[in-house]
Amino acid sequence: MNATAITAIALLGAAVATVVVGAYGLRVSRTTSDFLVASRTVRPGRNAAAISGEYLSAASFLGIAGLIAKYGADALWYPVGFTAGYLGLLLFVAAPLRRSGAYTVPDFAEFRLGSRRVRLVSMAVVVTICTLYLVPQYQGAGVALEALLGLPRWIGPVAVATIVIVNVVGGGMRSITLVQAFQYWLKLTAISVPAVALLFTVGSKVDLGQPLPPTVMQQTTVAVDTAVRVNVVDPAGVTVTGTVDGRPVDSEPLPGAGEHTLGSGSTVTLSPGAHTPVIVGAPATGAQWTGSGNGLGGGHPLYQVLSILVATFLGAMGLPHVLVRFYTNPDGQAARRTALVVIALLSVFYLFPTLLGAFARIFVPQLLVTGRADAAVLLLPSAAIAGTGGLLLAALVAAGAIAAFLATSSGLLISIAGAVSTDLLRGRVRDFRVAAVAGGLVPVPLALAASSFELSRGVGLVFAVAASTLCPLLVLGIWWRGLTPAGAIAGLAVGAVSSAIAGLLAVTQWVGDNFLAGWPAVIVGFPAAVTVPLAFATMAIVSRFTGATAPANVSRAFARMHLPERLGMGVERVPRG
Amino acid sequence: MVRTRVEVQEQTEVGDALVRGLVRAQLGLALRLGALVFGALAVIALLNSIFPTFSEATVLGFRPNWLVLGVLVYPVMYAIGRLFVRLTEQSERDFLRVIDAGDEA
Repeated sequence: MNATAITAIALLGAAVATVVVGAYGLRVSRTTSDFLVASRTVRPGRNAAAISGEYLSAASFLGIAGLIAKYGADALWYPVGFTAGYLGLLLFVAAPLRRSGAYTVPDFAEFRLGSRRVRLVSMAVVVTICTLYLVPQYQGAGVALEALLGLPRWIGPVAVATIVIVNVVGGGMRSITLVQAFQYWLKLTAISVPAVALLFTVGSKVDLGQPLPPTVMQQTTVAVDTAVRVNVVDPAGVTVTGTVDGRPVDSEPLPGAGEHTLGSGSTVTLSPGAHTPVIVGAPATGAQWTGSGNGLGGGHPLYQVLSILVATFLGAMGLPHVLVRFYTNPDGQAARRTALVVIALLSVFYLFPTLLGAFARIFVPQLLVTGRADAAVLLLPSAAIAGTGGLLLAALVAAGAIAAFLATSSGLLISIAGAVSTDLLRGRVRDFRVAAVAGGLVPVPLALAASSFELSRGVGLVFAVAASTLCPLLVLGIWWRGLTPAGAIAGLAVGAVSSAIAGLLAVTQWVGDNFLAGWPAVIVGFPAAVTVPLAFATMAIVSRFTGATAPANVSRAFARMHLPERLGMGVERVPRG
Repeated sequence: MVRTRVEVQEQTEVGDALVRGLVRAQLGLALRLGALVFGALAVIALLNSIFPTFSEATVLGFRPNWLVLGVLVYPVMYAIGRLFVRLTEQSERDFLRVIDAGDEA
């Protein structure tokens, strides 16, 4: 049996297991409450596994290792921030949000502010965040199927969209809880087994701090799809067919060390032992790569890191698909314990992408030529370990990757369908299904059209949108009595528009890297440090000026959110109709 | 006789003051621990950027910047989360004790 067949079987196995576990859960789903919040009976351990399973997306499973292979030490901030986000959620949101008794984020907004309009605006924000978050998941599927099976880019998004829509249309929250808990353990296995296997088989050969770029071990060819500027430290053994610096070449060596532009359609051939050319902006030598403070491409690395911290620390508490899972706990204490267990589960998981990223730099350095390192984890096992062992590990990783796309995408789609069907449509099961089909299809063209952005950076931008919108709404709503409906709407609008414009400019790369000392480019690429304070300030200031419109029953809402359940203040909200 | 539980449930002036006290205590705790975590991470980022040579040293064969950000921060974040859960549940228990004591008085 060849490599492609083994991988295809693993992919199919993971997809089928997802549907089967979901179908098992479906048999126990009966009531509306089952569908929306699993009847609020999920214990902390199970719920934490489900949250982690849903949260560890393509960005975590593939993207982080790719970023670490490419940028080195500063990429470590992404997994740190993705975990710190749950500490933020635990500190500021978990228990009061659960005690509010709401069943979606828009429902919380209406509960707290007593305004139908705020509910609709929050619903629009929820749908926007989930749709933007679906785009990198679909793109990750495209990257994976291309790298693993050689399929065209569009097949991945279409396949994942189809499976997820079928799953969500059929099931509800209760069945999804089981699926997602299962997928956490699948993903942990799929990432830890290869990492540990590599550590014990080839770990001793690794020396990452060399003064030169990594070398390839066997003859390697790299196709350059779009023109790329690379940094060459040692040109020996590197030949190019295509165009170099605008000059057509045919199997010619590079003209020398320094920066060169490789035209689109070029092919780079590296002979064994040749040092890899590295895309400009990423650290080229081993010494730069192991050092901190180089940032993630572009200028102002310290600002980049701080902005990533703001986005991830505050962004997790603005992710609708994560928040909705906290409503499934029986009470506020269980919600806190769930968040705590999530921190532990994520901490264990994130040890491994770091290891794999470091190995990828050694064993698949050719990815550094084009800078498209998202496929690193998928290509690594068979490149590092020869024979059947490598093939089986590669198949396992592939299964984990597909689990990552499916788990996150179904969670996002449930949030879209839940919000749209209860707030825009009439809240019947049929409306839920119509919304799910539409919500699953819309991101497909977006995923195909958007330029190939690194997965973790794409997800980082979505975190920035979440941190600039739902995070201030929840934090101020939970802790500040002065929040008014007008303030909430103004803050949501300012946060959403500013962070979305930044994301759009970053994806289209309209802002020159050197314009105004590089500040506009870096703020657009890492907007949270600017847009989050802006959104908080807008909400607070507009609320101050519209204080007369504050809802009348704030005291009751605060008592309900903050008092322990034993006092009997809690009321579980259910959808109308 | 003061029915403290009813005061809280009915949001009388006394009850509302009790709730405000609890919220203030919980918020203070969350803000202090949040500032501690965020501040510590920001300081690590700052140190990395001011002293890039720091990462050239090795501790037991590991680079300190990789050891800190790749491994050590995780147990610290968990420990702070645990501490928060313990303290916040403690303050809820204290709150309930005050109310129960008020009811018995």
